[in-house]
Amino acid sequence: MLDIISLGIVPFLVIIIVIHGYLKNVDIYDAFTEGALEGLKTAFKIIPNLIAIFIAIGVFRGSKALDILIDSVSPITKIIRFPEEILPLVLIRPLSGSGALGVVRDIISHYGPDSLPGITASVLMGSSETIFYTMALYFGSVGVKDHGHTLRAALLSYIISVFIVVFISRYLLFNI
Amino acid sequence: MINTIWFLLVFIGILYGALTGNLGDINNIIIDQATEGVTFGISLMGVMAFWLGIMNIAEKSGLIRAISKVFRPLVRFIFPEVPANHPAERWMLMNFIANMFGVGNGATAFGLKAIRELDSLNAHKGRATNAMAMFLIINMSSLQLVPLTVIKLRHDYGSKAPTDIIGITLLATTLSTIVAIIIGKMFERRRKC
Repeated sequence: MLDIISLGIVPFLVIIIVIHGYLKNVDIYDAFTEGALEGLKTAFKIIPNLIAIFIAIGVFRGSKALDILIDSVSPITKIIRFPEEILPLVLIRPLSGSGALGVVRDIISHYGPDSLPGITASVLMGSSETIFYTMALYFGSVGVKDHGHTLRAALLSYIISVFIVVFISRYLLFNI
Repeated sequence: MINTIWFLLVFIGILYGALTGNLGDINNIIIDQATEGVTFGISLMGVMAFWLGIMNIAEKSGLIRAISKVFRPLVRFIFPEVPANHPAERWMLMNFIANMFGVGNGATAFGLKAIRELDSLNAHKGRATNAMAMFLIINMSSLQLVPLTVIKLRHDYGSKAPTDIIGITLLATTLSTIVAIIIGKMFERRRKC
């Protein structure tokens, strides 16, 4: 069922849009190429941002410097009885999407996909985004340097949603 | 802000790599990731061209306008600074919808257009407006309804019920987005004072 939806959504959208455009007498071919040119330009323009983001994340991840961060935060998380199995994921998720997916894979293969850490990691992965990448890419693309309250608000809501995920994974799924 | 984060990532990474004797790895990572950035950018070009091409048809045929009319009250509430019927409104909506259905590349294409349209309303270029901040805060809270990558991963690692997480993920995503909007609004108000 899910496969059908995920395979069908793009072709379905395309056919609806093309039919609607054709019936409304839009020059659909010209409209498509005009938009596509803009897409090419946009993609080209963000390549410098992508290189900068990828290098920074790659160097940080490759040096294993994240381990120090985990070690320095874990005394605090022990006090509040935060599940330490998912701590690496919580810390890497705002920085790197592919890195986070790798951590989810580790957690799932180590504790099992249907264990509490496995479930919590899956839910957290599915309900959060890569904050650093999104900000660097979008603000970088329009040259905004003063980000105002964006990062503070995003990090605060991320931390709150981490606790929401931990709570509902523990109490909703395992107490039914 | 990005300056500081970027600096810290590069500085700590290289310093720690040097201290632990991994400078060789760091060298390779820099070269690999630079190439990867270009490769990823080029791979985005095709998909983004496709999505903006298709959406340009939907824009000209009036389909996007019709959809944005439905969601207008919600957009008005979250982004009061954006004038009704402004292109920013439509592209933000397209970005949200693409995000919800997990069409990641399409979402990026629409999102980049949306932020450019939002920037055209920006009186102080170089500084993020409330609307730009809110748009990114919502994006960074995750909107995807069904986390297909995670489900596939769970399936590959022998989960008995890989899709069991859909319900709670949906709940978590909804709550995290609501939290994001509330917190974004709180910071907006504090900034005005």
